[in-house]
Amino acid sequence: MFELLGISPQVLLGQLLLGLINGSFYAVLSLGLAVIFGLLNIINFAHGALYMAGAFVAWMLLHYLGIGYWPSLILAPLIVGAFGIVLERTMLSRLYHLDHLYGLLLTFGLALIIQGLFRHYYGVSGLPYRIPDILSGGHNLGFMFLPNYRAWVVVASVLVCFGTWFTIEKTRLGAYLRAATENPALVSAFGINVPLLIMLTYGFGVALAGFAGVLAAPIYSVNPNMGADLIIVVFAVVVIGGMGSILGAIVTGYMLGIIEGLTRVFYPEGSAVVIFVIMAIVLLIKPEGLFGRTA
Amino acid sequence: MMKKLALTTALGALVAGAGYAQGIDVKLGVLNDRSGVYADLSGEGSVVAARMAVEDFKAADKGLNVEIISADHQNKPDIGSSIANRWYDEEGVNAILDVPTSSVALAVADITAEKNGVLIDSGAGSTALTREQCRPTTIHWTYDTAALANGTGAAMTNAGGKKWFFLTADYAFGHSLQENTAAVVEENGGEVLGTVDVPFPANDFSSFLLQAQGSGADVIGLANAGGDTVNAIKQASEFGITQAGQKLAALLFFVTDVHALGAQTAQGLSLTEAFYWDQNDTTRAWSKRFMDTHGAQPTMVQAGVYSGTMAYLAAVEAVGSTDGKAVAAKMKETEIDDPLFGKVTVRGDGRAIHDMYLFEVKSPDQSTGEWDLYNQISTISGEDAFLPMLDECDFTKQ
Repeated sequence: MFELLGISPQVLLGQLLLGLINGSFYAVLSLGLAVIFGLLNIINFAHGALYMAGAFVAWMLLHYLGIGYWPSLILAPLIVGAFGIVLERTMLSRLYHLDHLYGLLLTFGLALIIQGLFRHYYGVSGLPYRIPDILSGGHNLGFMFLPNYRAWVVVASVLVCFGTWFTIEKTRLGAYLRAATENPALVSAFGINVPLLIMLTYGFGVALAGFAGVLAAPIYSVNPNMGADLIIVVFAVVVIGGMGSILGAIVTGYMLGIIEGLTRVFYPEGSAVVIFVIMAIVLLIKPEGLFGRTA
Repeated sequence: MMKKLALTTALGALVAGAGYAQGIDVKLGVLNDRSGVYADLSGEGSVVAARMAVEDFKAADKGLNVEIISADHQNKPDIGSSIANRWYDEEGVNAILDVPTSSVALAVADITAEKNGVLIDSGAGSTALTREQCRPTTIHWTYDTAALANGTGAAMTNAGGKKWFFLTADYAFGHSLQENTAAVVEENGGEVLGTVDVPFPANDFSSFLLQAQGSGADVIGLANAGGDTVNAIKQASEFGITQAGQKLAALLFFVTDVHALGAQTAQGLSLTEAFYWDQNDTTRAWSKRFMDTHGAQPTMVQAGVYSGTMAYLAAVEAVGSTDGKAVAAKMKETEIDDPLFGKVTVRGDGRAIHDMYLFEVKSPDQSTGEWDLYNQISTISGEDAFLPMLDECDFTKQ
């Protein structure tokens, strides 16, 4: 069957695996967006810029302070998350009573400003960031050479995605969060600090973007535009998965990574648009998204 | 009486035009990418270079009042066209400089011909600018895809890289670069095993690199530019492709890209450029001035904006007006001895002919500083580097 498609099983397996790796980035990024949208009703257009900021913070930690990859994997998301909390407190929190559109416009503007600042100080050529020694090299799987670092990306992303899903859907904290979105007044009547909960949620969603940024730093060019190209695709992933659906964002992220990977073999010119074609089809057939609850 | 007055005025204008260029207003527009993938290799640095040219030409002493404006075309032909139209129609711009991204450059070349300005292109690579879509008012200064192919393509094929696989950026420039290189590879006894068109811009090249790896080619030709090339090289090293013996040919690679990648990852790459800051005392002195203002070493595109502006201003002074066709024709008559590019002649089709150079990226232990990146391997004469002129594009005969 594989030969009928003009492609050997080895190549196909290799491309499936690569798709899964790219899907890992989509999954972590769209998860952050879904958390923020599902629980705060904010369409966070600054997500791509914050992903870029995560990569830059990792570079800065290394370059200015000599802090390596592993501490950065924790520190950079914390720094980006803290920055997100400042944005939430000073600006976003004033928009909760308005239409989604205002949040979108504000975060879009913020994204442009953040990118512009990095571009001004660091240029667009990008900065070098090396793969940590312990993860350099790779293994020959027979059908392809898998760099150790890429394998780590898949593992890290699966762990983070599962952890987030579990926390929100299966724990008491998650139950508070979901209740606070449904009916903030009632939940605060039970003595729960709803604004604090929302602030931390935004910080967490943004930290996920920062985390993806650190993961990306060693393999993609660290430059101010790295998030701008990605964010549109990630939004499409969230729409396909169903706005605000945590599980939808994760599963769709991996799935679309794989579909995109396959398109790169069969029709490479179309690989940049395939996700949007799928989005259009999903919107026509099931407007609430594959995993969305009917509005 | 009216007739006499008109005659006197005409005569007066003629006299003024012949000798001195007293009080001519010249407005130059630097149109390039100021925020996207090509912003570092063109961008503000090209504006700095144009200003240095105006200063070095001593334009004010020669009666030229030169003003420089700039804009960001965002690598989009529609945006570039509307800026060019506005500049010519409303803002009195006489010449447009730089214009990287071939699709934008081709659009601006048409508008320039229509409005009788001059386009001195430094940043774009497509040979179509002086061939299929040649215009009397287009000057293509720094490089084109054919020159790159004749440099890197020929060198690598002759060094034993007979089988090629191309990763091609899927737009005018990428295809042009791939076709030119494929032709050179085949001329030198090599063969092309396959190509894959990669959407532009791309982040992840792993799928495409694996296809190239599977093809069994000796050389993977990267017919792309900027961040795309950086990503492809970074990932080729990560996937063990270069370690396994396949060679990468970065067909268009700038000193700023090598700087971004670092000598560690980029070492051993061959590439072709028209200019490198560390070639001789003049280029070093000029580049130092540039570095002091701009904070980075100049790329060949930025150096080309400088040289092109110098040549343009000299032609305006000689002609005594900013009439696009007349100035472009003058530039084609003049033997230019440029401080950065050496001997330059502008051919009838607008192609500037000068030497090109083949460089190799130094290894980290050879490199003595952050910008000490290239060893010069050979010089390719202008006649060998660029394609011969098409008769229908020789505007000196029309």
